Amino acid sequence: MGLAKRIIPCLDVNAGRVVKGVSFVGLRDAGDPVEIARRYDREGADELTFLDITASVEQRGMILSVIEAVASEVFIPLTVGGGVREVADVRRLLNAGADKVSINTTAVVNPGVVSEAAGRFGSQCIVVAIDAKENGRGGWEVYTHGGRNATGLDAVAWAEHMESMGAGEILLTSIDRDGTRNGFNLPLTRAVADAVGIPVIASGGVGNLQHLADGILQGHADAVLAASIFHFGEYSVQDAKAWLQQQGIEVRTG
Amino acid sequence: MVASADIAVVDYGMGNLRSVAKALEHVAPQLNVVVTSEPDVVAQAGRVVFPGVGAMGDCMRELAVRGLAGAVREAARSKPFLGICLGMQMLFEHSEEGDVAGLGILPGQVRRFPESLAVPEHGGRLKIPHMGWNQVYPVRPHPLWCGLTDGARFYFVHSYYVEPAQDAHLGATTDYVFSFASAVAADNVFAVQFHPEKSQQAGLALLGNFVEWNGKIV
Repeated sequence: MGLAKRIIPCLDVNAGRVVKGVSFVGLRDAGDPVEIARRYDREGADELTFLDITASVEQRGMILSVIEAVASEVFIPLTVGGGVREVADVRRLLNAGADKVSINTTAVVNPGVVSEAAGRFGSQCIVVAIDAKENGRGGWEVYTHGGRNATGLDAVAWAEHMESMGAGEILLTSIDRDGTRNGFNLPLTRAVADAVGIPVIASGGVGNLQHLADGILQGHADAVLAASIFHFGEYSVQDAKAWLQQQGIEVRTG
Repeated sequence: MVASADIAVVDYGMGNLRSVAKALEHVAPQLNVVVTSEPDVVAQAGRVVFPGVGAMGDCMRELAVRGLAGAVREAARSKPFLGICLGMQMLFEHSEEGDVAGLGILPGQVRRFPESLAVPEHGGRLKIPHMGWNQVYPVRPHPLWCGLTDGARFYFVHSYYVEPAQDAHLGATTDYVFSFASAVAADNVFAVQFHPEKSQQAGLALLGNFVEWNGKIV
């Protein structure tokens, strides 16, 4: 027995509220990040990821109070991403109680932020998020700005570069699969996971529990991230762990 | 006159200690938990938690800059003391990370996981840092393991591990490629490589044991 594969529910937060219609039975307030985080914690989530999608500049700081509130009650690792532009943003999120900060567009626009943040706070808290799309030639291209802008960068080479810049983990999302419920892009996941020596979290496309197992067994992911299958009460984190265990995958239970 | 701290969490400017303090307050709401960089507060506290993240060289330097090394050494001699992650590694004599000297409170070395030893279960590469929930096997009884099962899972994130020179100091082992020391214990000092403050029920149980510990083994 040894290191468990991690299951990470992901929550989209807009102006301090969880969005994308989380619909747990019995929640008094389906948009309350603390209540949802507590619920996932009880279910056995190994970590939680918060993606701040707040568009308005004035409401930007609200994610900090969300993280403070969650970190005071939920004692598992918390990752926060979205809108990280400079090292000062990383510092603010860590000081609010985030254990890791995920950097996406800024890593492409200004890769120095990744190395500077890793140097200052340690690689263990710097996650580089990569949104990748099939390029039609058997490879994958990195996109930024929520999947809108092509960069010309090869996703596998970019992941290797980010590792060399000090990233401690890669959060890899397939744009082609995100929201489809057809499962992870396994060739992409495997190509990146086998290329880097840091953990890789697979994301984008989970529609059932076997998809999570596939991401680990075939995609070689160290952790799997999902949103909708958990949010709508379709499956609990416990269900997911029981399924992975049946496939011979080591998970944290009890 | 401010009441002296029941628990001092040593802050030497290397990252967020809120989680450690919050977890301690959670298990001991009646106690006065103080995050401090004042050597006097550390010296007067009833018990001391010595956390840490980042690079060992930076941590040792910041500790020295704040004049905290002496207070930490003294606490490790005299009162219930809990080292966490880098706070465990710094107790030893030397680290391969940056080739720096530690506090030398416990004999032994800090080494990096060898990347060449990759033997992952499902194919693919060995990942460093060792990140995630792994099992901890106590090698001998200690009050801090009270109520915890053999092989309980705790959250780890580290690229270096300690190699105590004395077997008697080995508190627990964990397997990642090979078996390494995930906890050490010596008199009033207990130190863990994992993060109890991020290890949900198991971590809170260990912290709960620490806040009640009299500093004696057995």
